[in-house]
Amino acid sequence: MVGGKRSGGAGLVAGDIEEYLRRHKAKSLLRFITCGSVDDGKSSLIGRLLYESKMIFEDQFAALRDDSKKVGTRGGELDFALLVDGLAAEREQGITIDVAYRFFTTEKRKFIVADTPGHEQYTRNMVTGASTADLAVILIDARKGVLTQTRRHSYLAALLGIRHIVVAVNKMDLVGYSQEVFDTIERDYRDFAHQIKLEAITCIPVSAVVGDNITSRSTLTPWYSGPQLLEHLESVAVPDLAEGAAFRMPVQWVNRPNAEFRGFAGLIASGVVRRGDALRVLPSGRTSTVARVLNSEGEALLGRAGESVTLTLADEIDVSRGDVLAAADAPPAVANQFEATIVWMHDEPLLQGRAYLLKLGTKTVIATVAPIKYRVNVNTMEHLAAKKLDLNDIGVCGLELSTAIAFEPYSDSRVLGGFILIDRLTNNTVGAGLLHFALRRSQNVHWQALDVNKRARALLSHQKPCILWFTGLSGAGKSTIANLVEKQLHADGRHTYLLDGDNVRHGLNKDLGFTDEARVENIRRVAEVARLMVDSGLIVMVSFISPFRSERRMARALVEAGEFIEVFVDTPLAQAEARDVKGLYKKARRGELKNFTGIDSPYEAPEDPEIRLDTTRLTSEAAASRVIAYLREADIIDVGYDPGI
Amino acid sequence: MSALDYLQRLEAESIHIFREVVAECEKPVMLYSVGKDSSVMLHLARKAFAPAQPPFPLLQIASGWDFREMLEFRDATAKKYDLELLVYTNEEGERAGVKPWTHGAAYSDIMLTQALRQALDQYGFDAAFGGGRRDEEKSRAKERIFSFRSAQHRWDPKNQRPELWSLYNARKNRGESIRVFPLSNWTELDVWQYIHLQQVPIVPLYLAKPRPVVRRDGRLIMVDDERLPLAASDRVETLSVRFRTLGCYPLTGATLSTADDLPAVIGEMLATKTSEREGRGVDKDGAASMEKRKQEGYF
Repeated sequence: MVGGKRSGGAGLVAGDIEEYLRRHKAKSLLRFITCGSVDDGKSSLIGRLLYESKMIFEDQFAALRDDSKKVGTRGGELDFALLVDGLAAEREQGITIDVAYRFFTTEKRKFIVADTPGHEQYTRNMVTGASTADLAVILIDARKGVLTQTRRHSYLAALLGIRHIVVAVNKMDLVGYSQEVFDTIERDYRDFAHQIKLEAITCIPVSAVVGDNITSRSTLTPWYSGPQLLEHLESVAVPDLAEGAAFRMPVQWVNRPNAEFRGFAGLIASGVVRRGDALRVLPSGRTSTVARVLNSEGEALLGRAGESVTLTLADEIDVSRGDVLAAADAPPAVANQFEATIVWMHDEPLLQGRAYLLKLGTKTVIATVAPIKYRVNVNTMEHLAAKKLDLNDIGVCGLELSTAIAFEPYSDSRVLGGFILIDRLTNNTVGAGLLHFALRRSQNVHWQALDVNKRARALLSHQKPCILWFTGLSGAGKSTIANLVEKQLHADGRHTYLLDGDNVRHGLNKDLGFTDEARVENIRRVAEVARLMVDSGLIVMVSFISPFRSERRMARALVEAGEFIEVFVDTPLAQAEARDVKGLYKKARRGELKNFTGIDSPYEAPEDPEIRLDTTRLTSEAAASRVIAYLREADIIDVGYDPGI
Repeated sequence: MSALDYLQRLEAESIHIFREVVAECEKPVMLYSVGKDSSVMLHLARKAFAPAQPPFPLLQIASGWDFREMLEFRDATAKKYDLELLVYTNEEGERAGVKPWTHGAAYSDIMLTQALRQALDQYGFDAAFGGGRRDEEKSRAKERIFSFRSAQHRWDPKNQRPELWSLYNARKNRGESIRVFPLSNWTELDVWQYIHLQQVPIVPLYLAKPRPVVRRDGRLIMVDDERLPLAASDRVETLSVRFRTLGCYPLTGATLSTADDLPAVIGEMLATKTSEREGRGVDKDGAASMEKRKQEGYF
């Protein structure tokens, strides 16, 4: 072992091993993250900790020596950063670009370190690392002081519920171990930390490269009387509060090996469960008592926070994956509207009104992003107006779920308050979020203040109601395209309705023929129905030949500006006749159909339609995509409805 | 009531991972390499689903050059626990006469990496459990617990899904799959300690006993059967050796040792001066080789 004895393990005779293992097993675990700006020396610090805690093997050390000469940034001196910068790409670039987990052990503790990147565009990785950490080590380059990134990372650490912060003021060797420099940085940092309610802060002057105050007290900082880094990490108390809280367990899997056994498997999020305890199933609210507790060793008297168990209940009640089992007398709340903080992690922005999959505990539901209340400027903590969140943005917004779920505020429970958002098409994890509280109408002044009108309904459904008026010759493809558009909108969670010419003539308009007067009345009725539907908040698709300009103008006048979108499905008569899907043109040519548009009744093409679809060039699918793209551009979908206007 | 110790926490986390996969994936499989990590994985899987059986089969990629004791142990284990065992060999490679000493680095690519991909495709598995640990190697340290693979089985280290809390995103499109590493947060010592505490059965090759070996490129190679080509100058010695990792016998170096029980093995491990992977021939082609092989679909 390089650097000496490894955690007291070397040289043990077999008889001591059992004793060694007992001591080792009794060690507690501390998970921490290191974060800081590019070149603050995070990787060097971790490499140094691994080295000093004797975790470097001889072959790894030999590789380090070779690598330091080949690609090191220290002029052939040992470059500890190379021990942890794993991926070839980042070794070439000289920066860490992803979360890496490192393991080391000292006499007192076991550690899992998440090395998280400093570059701004990789904030998502920092959040990932922070989500499982008890403590954060934030590096500050002594020459640069508190930077934007320092503030961002501290804010994220606070946001994700990390209560213990170590500020490692690094590269002290490059500022002549100046107490003044250190004191200024400490003061700046504490001022800032106070604003974001970070309390447990320890500042340590270090040099990761030289090794000052990492595992031993440096003689070059005689003015510093606090702990050195490793000493602090070994001794800081991080009590686990989950066990003292009320019992909660998200059900992962129902275990049914045979008709006699029906067990509910899960990892206990908080509290203790015993045989005979009364439990409540959420969201259904049904109750039962615990018949058996099985843990990893078999039948047990109790299960506690952190354990994976299987419970059986005394009664045959409906329980499935995604439900939460909880203490019957202290169940968590159930709701389907929330205020949440979202950290956006994808190149495609988060948009108001768009639906995502939300996974919380073991439950996955559809979540629609209600209006974004504000975006946080992480440098100033200012709240900024926003209609979308870009990669690495943090915002507070409303969320509306397809189903009610059991939850707790994130500040009380990471398990029942932390969630991820998943894109429904690509299945990528695109965001992470923290639930704060349930929104009820009464709590939401904005929504309460509005009368129930078109805007209020639209707000609930997160779309701008409108009429998509498809006009064109018989057989042009109106209904086919409208149908595809509706399918896409529906898949996106939009509320839609398709009024189809043929279908409406079977009911509402079955008394009307095909004379010019009847055609006008036909359109008038449909336009009125469409108007009512727009008022109810729907995106209405009207698929009617509607040959006359004046009736289309009348329909347009019934609704507000911007709510009528004329879609001209442009197919030359010759082509529509050649297709003749329903055989109507043939009939009309034979004189069996009177007043057939294009044959013996005129079609007045739109002069200035919002959308023109040339079906000689576009497939139906491409045409439908064009319509969806228009809706997006026109803020009909994807960008939410602003209630403030 | 004392707090859970860290091994109990690791065990609970691994069981949680097994259950998430079974709940969210259509057709999982467990990659069973017969090594100590596989033994621990199997032990945890049996706990995760008890009293039911683990609801997935075991898959072993047999290169044709596995230690005989591994194959015996594999079959005995499957029989003892009444588990479905699938054994897959790249027959094309076998017919082409690909041997450990004839094709160099291409051997493990053809007989292990390619074979694994073929097997996953043939059976249509959408999730595969592997015994990889983050403490093993630098590029593993960055691997997610649920690691997404394209339809071509490729790993894109720059485009990994963020993994927060204990929330795993197992969603994927048809043809895509995930590799899942329930032992991600275990260290080598944790694995040994768990084997010791839980009396997890392991292949006897991990314990020292006199075995026939020859010296090759500074390593001790066990003469496991008559197929190992021996030169006239080769001297077969019987030495007390054991193995720290297991793979294809002509590529796996033995360690001189007298540790014939677990405490002794752990004692040696604590005092050891080289990392676990050093005994494996396949990792010698430069520091980035592991990452490259993972991108290509190696476990």
